[in-house]
Order: sequence, then C-alpha cells, then structure tokens
Amino acid sequence: MGVTGVAGPPTGIKQARRNAFGWTWKETQGFLFVLPWLVGFVLFTAGPFFFSFFLSFTSWRLVGEIKWLGLENYVSLISGDDTRFVQSVYNTVYYVVFHVPGVLILSFAIAGLLNRKVKAMAFYRTAFYLPSITAGVATAVLWYWVLQPEGLLNNFLNVFLKPLGVAGPNWLGSTTWAMPGLIIMSFWTVGTTMILYLAGFQGIPQHLYEAAEIDGAGWLGKVRNVTLPMMTPTIFLTLVLGIIGSFQVFTAALIVTEGGPADATLFLLLYLYWNGFRFFKMGYASAIAWILFAIILFMTVVQFAVAKRWVYYEGERSAR
Amino acid sequence: MANQTVTVEPAAPPRLAGGRRLRTPIGVRSARGGLRLLTYLVLLFGSFVYAIPFLWMIRTSFMRLDKLFEDPPQIWPDPFIFQNYVDMWETGPFANWIVNSVYLVLLGMAGQTLISILVAFGFARTQFPGRNQLFILILATMMLPGHVTIVPKFVMFKQLGWLDSIWPVAVPDLFGSAFYIFILRQFFMTLPLELDEAAEIDGANLLQVLMRVIIPLSKPAVATVAVFNFIGKWNEFFEPFVFIQTPEKLTLAVGIRWFRTQYGTEFQMLMAASIVSVAPVTVEIYFAQKQFVRGIALTGIKS
Repeated sequence: MGVTGVAGPPTGIKQARRNAFGWTWKETQGFLFVLPWLVGFVLFTAGPFFFSFFLSFTSWRLVGEIKWLGLENYVSLISGDDTRFVQSVYNTVYYVVFHVPGVLILSFAIAGLLNRKVKAMAFYRTAFYLPSITAGVATAVLWYWVLQPEGLLNNFLNVFLKPLGVAGPNWLGSTTWAMPGLIIMSFWTVGTTMILYLAGFQGIPQHLYEAAEIDGAGWLGKVRNVTLPMMTPTIFLTLVLGIIGSFQVFTAALIVTEGGPADATLFLLLYLYWNGFRFFKMGYASAIAWILFAIILFMTVVQFAVAKRWVYYEGERSAR
Repeated sequence: MANQTVTVEPAAPPRLAGGRRLRTPIGVRSARGGLRLLTYLVLLFGSFVYAIPFLWMIRTSFMRLDKLFEDPPQIWPDPFIFQNYVDMWETGPFANWIVNSVYLVLLGMAGQTLISILVAFGFARTQFPGRNQLFILILATMMLPGHVTIVPKFVMFKQLGWLDSIWPVAVPDLFGSAFYIFILRQFFMTLPLELDEAAEIDGANLLQVLMRVIIPLSKPAVATVAVFNFIGKWNEFFEPFVFIQTPEKLTLAVGIRWFRTQYGTEFQMLMAASIVSVAPVTVEIYFAQKQFVRGIALTGIKS
C-alpha cells in the first residue's frame, strides 16, 4: 500500500500512475475514503462475529481455559432440554407477532393523519414522536408505574370496566397479563416508524392523486389505488427493520419486569445477557446469539423472497 | 408554520378546456370539511393519549413522595415542589452522567457523522474495484443484529483493558455507521455528477469536491443523520450497560436506572431524572422535525 502515500503527482501523469494493486491514483483515493469503515468492520463486526461463532462451540467462563464442546451447546438449546430457552423463544415470538403488526398499523394511521395539512402540525408530530426519542430506561420506568394495579392504564380502563363489575388486571404481577402489558407499552413508541411513513407519504407525487381524482376516485379509492401501492417499499422496509429490532427487545423486560413473573417476559436477548454476564457462560451465550441471528436471518430472507410479490418499485416499472 | 396551512385541498381544481375552473360540488366540499374536522378530533385525542404518560411524569416530578399514591390521584401537584430535582442532583453522581453523555454524544457525532460522510462520498462519487461488493457488505451489516457480537466484544475490550470506561462504546463509532453511510450515500447519488466534474476541471481535489460541492448541497441529509446520531448516542443503553459498571462512569441513559436499584423505587426522583434526560432531545426534535422529515423523504430511505 506504500505507493498510495505519494502526494499529488503532477496532473499530467495522474491517470497513468498505478499503485501496487494496479489501481490509478483516483481509484486509490476512492478506496481511501471507504477504508475507515472497512477497518471498523473488520475490527468490530467481522472479527467478533467469527469469534462468537467459534465460542458457541465451547465452554468458557471468561477466565481459565476454553473447552471445546462441539455441538453440545446447540444440542441442549434446540433439543428443548433448556426449558427456559424454549420459554424465551416462545415469549419473543409472542411479542413480535403482536408488536410488529400493531406498530405498523398504528404508525401508518398516525402518519396518514399527520400528512394532511393541519394546523399546529409541529405540536402533533412532537407529541407522537417524543416517546420514541425518550431514553429506554425512562420509558420503562414510566410504564412500570403506568402498569401498576392502581396505575394510569387501569385508572383509564376502570372507567369502562367498573360498570361491568370488573377491574383492570395486575399487569406486571400476572403471568397472563405481563406480556400484553409490555406489548401495549411498546405501542407507545411508534414514532420512528411513523417518521419513515411520513417521509414515504411525502414522496408520493401529487399528480397521481390528481389523476385519480379526475378518474372519479373517492378517498378510499385513492388510498387503495395510489397510497398503498406507492407505500409498499416503505412498508416493506419498516417490516424488515421492525422484525429485526423486535427480536432484540431487551430494555423493557430488563427494567419493567426483569423477565418475570415466572419467566413470563423472559426474552431471548435477556436470557443471552444473563447467561453471558450473570452466569458467565460465554460459550452458551454465544450459541444463543447465533440461534437468534439464524432466526432473524431466516425471517429477513423470507421477507425479501416474498417481497417481489407485493412490493412495488417505481423504478422497475419505468425500466420495463 | 401554522399560519400558512389553511386548506386541505391537495391542488387547484382541474381546469376545463376554456380555462374555466371546474367547480367543486357543494356536497364534496362539505364532506371535505367533515373529514377535516374528524382529522382534528382524532389527532387531538391521539396526541393526548400519547402525551398523557409524559404529563404524568412531569406532574410526578413536582410531587411530594407521600402524595404519590393518593386515591383519587392528584391531577395538579399539591404542594408543588422543586425538591425532587435537588434531591436527584445530590443523591446520584448526576453531574458525572451528564458530562459522560455529552462526551459520548460529541465523540459519537464527530466519529459517526463525519466518518460516515467520508465513506458515503467514497461509495457514491468514486470508482474503485470492489466498490459495489463492499456496498452490499454494508447493506448486510445493517441486517446483522448488533447483539450477536456482544460476547466477543466484551472479551475483546476486557483484553484491551477498556472495560468500565467510555471507550468500548465510543471507539467503534470512529469508523462510521452502516445505517448513516447508507442514508448519506443514497442522497449523494441523487446529485448530478456534472457538479463534481465541473469542480475537478476547476482544479478541486476529491476532498474539496466533498467539502465545497457535495456537503453544501446535502444539508437536509447531513442534518437528518446528525439528529439521528445525537438521539442515538444520547439514549444508547445496551452497550454502556454491559461495558460500564462504576456508577460515576455511566451515561445518563443508563444512570437513571440506578435510582431504582439503590433506593427502592423513588418514583419522584426517577421522573425528575427522566425529564432532564428527555429535555434536550425534545427541544431538538420540536425545532428540527420539519427538516428531519424532509431529509428522510429526500434521502429515499425507502428504496
């Protein structure tokens, strides 16, 4: 690489000079721009990634020697011997199944409303976005309180439930209600998805709506035939990112429920964390990480495979 | 921005051949009025529901501990006290947390935003063998859950003797971030290449093209990334939580938790601390939200 250091040769021969790889000075410069990321990628992503794969076949308590176990970690995880792990997979899937569609629908609806020209827009946008930029711990602590038996949520629910002779549940104290409680809490932070939708709405060309209007389309017609198809790339993006993110849910359970009661909100990442940094089972924690990774990878690949059937890219159409 | 938005009509009504305006039928007009009213009602109700937990948090931060669990709950704190903020400041190493958070945000923005701009420029405006393959690698890292590598990273930072300091959280940022590189690259791609060529004919080198041509034209995208970056670092939880143990070395986002473990659950102090942590990002978002949405729309994040 030493040749790249040659400081600005005269303009005339710039193009002609080539470094050890046979690159021109211009190509070398381009590569140098990208180099910082590449170094970081090797040091902090690729390196740890492969090391974690290696660790997942071992038993190691952070001190002492690393013992090779072969597939033992994976076998005890996948065979179902570790019932807490099975529980954590179930819980995580439960959460994802309700959290992701809920957030997508809610944020789509809110973004749709916010996209209309209304007064005091900055106020509404801030109100809906604020929860998403609140530190996770602050949100969790706040909701720990909201979800108390005499908390804010039950204060609200009891207005409707009291006449029926029932009271709101003890959200965090019950194995049945702890998970729904966390899911309701997660609906409070729809802001990031909402902003992406809002940006998506603003990217839809107005002339499409005008054309639809001339064709006599009403509100519903415009939503169905213009908004939804044009938004499919954004919906796809939020779906992929939403699933990746929600499989890694952590802070909520750590602060609000600490995985309880009776492991009812023990998520995959929380179990990974406990194994690695509470029990210091580094190998076992790495194996959990790899199973988590495999699940996420599988979900992402499936979504990309299915995407061709429903995601509409304008560029593709005009290229045809 | 409130006074310029008066009508919901998406565009002027279409014109007939002779230039006469096509009249909007009365029924349609009132239906639009109804829809508009409904929009306001739903928005007001919705934002109220989303704001209530916050208002509750603010209220609680001004309440005396023994008034917290009254039934029916107090809507307005009585007595209205500021003591919680004083207590909060005095019981935890609060000043340290704020300093650490500011430090992390500044380092993070200097590293991630600046380096990501350089890298994105390399991907968007230069040619070199393997460029496209490397870009696909960037896209792949965006899909990679960061938590998979937490164990080996912990081991690595332990070997380096960096544990229990801000370095394991700050140093990886100095190499850019895949997501920000992606956003910026998408935006840089939309600018015409003729601009670079013209600047180069004028004798500008690549760095000058970036500084004098690309960055001035990319303000919305750069601002968006900077805002994302600020919020992301200010609120970062998982990594500081795993890598830092000493209370004085924590950041604010992690430190808030300390009030709960140390003193049972002192809600009134927790709420006060939470408000201090939310305040800077709130102010930032309120003023930046318009730029912010436009920035995301322009960067074509969706494709």
